[in-house]
Amino acid sequence: MLNIFRTRLHQGHRTIRFPDEEPALPPRFRGRPVLDASRCPEGCSACVDACPTQALTATADRLALDMGRCLFCADCVSACPEGAIALSSEFRLAERIRDRLVVRSGERAEAQELALTGELRRLLGRSLKLRVVSAGGCNGCEADVNVLGTIVFDLGRFGIQYVASPRHADGLLITGPVTRNMREALCKTYEAVPEPRIVIAVGACAISGGPYAGHDEVHGGAASAVPVDLYIPGCPPHPLTILEGLIGLVGRARRDRVEGTTP
Amino acid sequence: MTAIASIVPVPRAADVLAMPNGAARPLADVPCHEVAEFHRLVVGARSRGRRVSALFGYPGEPGGDRIAIGVVLAADDDGVVELARTELDTATFPSITAACPEVHLFERELAEQWGVVVQGHPWPKPVRFQPPRRGRPDVPPTIGVTEFYAIEGGEVHEVAVGPVHAGVIEPGHFRFQCYGETVLHLEISLGYQHRGVERALASGPDLRSIHYAETLAGDTTIGHATAYCQAVEALAHAQVPARGLALRAIALELERLANHVGDLGALSGDVGFLPTAAFCGRLRGDYLNLTAELCGSRFGRGMVRPGGTRFDVTPELTAEILGRLDRALRDTDEAARLLWGTASVQSRFEDVGRVTREVAEQLGVVGLVARASGLHRDIRTTHPAGYYRFAHLPVSMVSSGDVFARAFVRYLEIKRSVEFVRRELGLLPGGATSGPVPPLRPEHVSVSLVEGWRGEICHVAITGASGRFAAYKVVDPSFHNWMALAIALRGQQVSDFPLCNKSFNLSYCGHDL
Repeated sequence: MLNIFRTRLHQGHRTIRFPDEEPALPPRFRGRPVLDASRCPEGCSACVDACPTQALTATADRLALDMGRCLFCADCVSACPEGAIALSSEFRLAERIRDRLVVRSGERAEAQELALTGELRRLLGRSLKLRVVSAGGCNGCEADVNVLGTIVFDLGRFGIQYVASPRHADGLLITGPVTRNMREALCKTYEAVPEPRIVIAVGACAISGGPYAGHDEVHGGAASAVPVDLYIPGCPPHPLTILEGLIGLVGRARRDRVEGTTP
Repeated sequence: MTAIASIVPVPRAADVLAMPNGAARPLADVPCHEVAEFHRLVVGARSRGRRVSALFGYPGEPGGDRIAIGVVLAADDDGVVELARTELDTATFPSITAACPEVHLFERELAEQWGVVVQGHPWPKPVRFQPPRRGRPDVPPTIGVTEFYAIEGGEVHEVAVGPVHAGVIEPGHFRFQCYGETVLHLEISLGYQHRGVERALASGPDLRSIHYAETLAGDTTIGHATAYCQAVEALAHAQVPARGLALRAIALELERLANHVGDLGALSGDVGFLPTAAFCGRLRGDYLNLTAELCGSRFGRGMVRPGGTRFDVTPELTAEILGRLDRALRDTDEAARLLWGTASVQSRFEDVGRVTREVAEQLGVVGLVARASGLHRDIRTTHPAGYYRFAHLPVSMVSSGDVFARAFVRYLEIKRSVEFVRRELGLLPGGATSGPVPPLRPEHVSVSLVEGWRGEICHVAITGASGRFAAYKVVDPSFHNWMALAIALRGQQVSDFPLCNKSFNLSYCGHDL
């Protein structure tokens, strides 16, 4: 017993102070894309050709990158001879509206609040119980969803908790592209959640099918089966990206700024 | 044939093609046998100290109907892999499983993927509930609809769990046949994560190939990406700079560290001992964050690329990683020692979920599960490729085959992996981290084995006349090990399932592909 106390003392207090303090991210972290189409030579499509998931589109004077499809692999960054694409350190990537995941050159990325409003906010703002369903994920998203339960992130302090049964849940958190073999189980789980219910799609797979988009074996994301209320992009998203999305939804994190606004 | 030769059938040179791990040879050099001879070769493999790393179907000739079957035998004592193949005239194949149980799932896969009738298989059921790669079945498979093993009797009852589980884990279906609290049999039915990734890999290489490799099992990104790159580099005859090989090995050991530490914490949580569960939950992230220092991703996405690694380390980053690693090991060791020193934990770990050495050998179990049952199976030592040819690691073994053994092997490996990273990061070879990858040689086959944190990862790539893949086979260690979990549950309490399951911690997506 004494040993346990001694070890506890050694291990120290490990819960991060986010959102009150900015968290530390690794210098090589790849976050929100920054696009500068003014650098694009005429007719160049090097980035578009390099993208494994067709996340990029280039028109005459515009570049657009769909974070919902993006694997944040930076293959486009390496392919671009002009440095028109960069992945910034901005980890706040979650959005309520699918189209807002598309980053367009020449447009300012305005910080948009994620918080639920009205009755949903009143019901779920202080206590949000989520049932997690992996529907074909690779265990990357699953692992970094799970990690929010550790003492480092301590999701419970925001009133958010993963629960064992959909009957106990206010909504679903879905990972994976929704395989044909998981669609029925996912839909049944959704129907088992009492209304009103929300759905959170975590990761490129759950938003667009990710690397498996277009496969006969998958449906192409959570929205192909159920309505989605929050999209958290990444492959997998960093735990802080997921956390910021979740606590943003319940109004516990404000977005005063989103870095990576484009010129 | 003499009497001695019939006891120990030594293959003639022409029976198999022997080659080192991570090499490629012309496909024509792989001996092609009659089905009966192929059958004898696989059945006799164990008596020659070989085990089956992969047995798989592939298109016999481009555009034709014939199905070929290839086998990869690992000769652990000789450090080579042996290849052989056969071509089927009819879509039938006599089952090898009764004589060689370790191929049971490979044969079921063969039947499901290629429509081959495996005659006499004792357990002919779907593996992933996927449609065959050729032709259309009369009735497409429906997930979870199959004939489950059932035990009848007045006091026997069935417990069915999944695919959606209580925890944050991947989907799978488990059926327990129980007598009171005692499990008589557990049947594991998977396929829910089947997303066509192996099929898609076979049409490469293309822009997505490396991303497929990185997500075959997302918690084994470095392991599978390294296996893929080794296979491609062998086919291309590419020379990977030593620094790139060293960084791959370091990243692979960091991946092992994160997962092993996380598993110790989860095992602790499953027996209700929360201190170590809490500490290791945090520490797992500390190791993942070291990988993120290397390449920006906690799971190693983007680190390993054909030709080498995409990222290098600076002296400052090396010092940073070494310092954090030392602190993490100190805390990990302290947290783990609580497990070994707490009687209530030990009484829950010991004698639970036992897999004997004999059963492990019969089932062809790999990785830490094999080592916890006293089997000397570790690709880093028996079939070293890449940097493991120059930097060695002792094999960590425990013989009791129970939950304790699987936990303690992890503990030993944590210490050894930290030593490895410390030493190799301090002695990194100079030069570039990546080199050019020439076009793949046509009509060649390469075999790539990597000791991922769960165990042996096997990738087999075959190129066609154009230099693109004609076939690509992935065997995740979980594919070998799921049946061992089912066997480990026999005679145990239903309530011990979470603990046993966690002690194996197998991959659903790596199995379902």
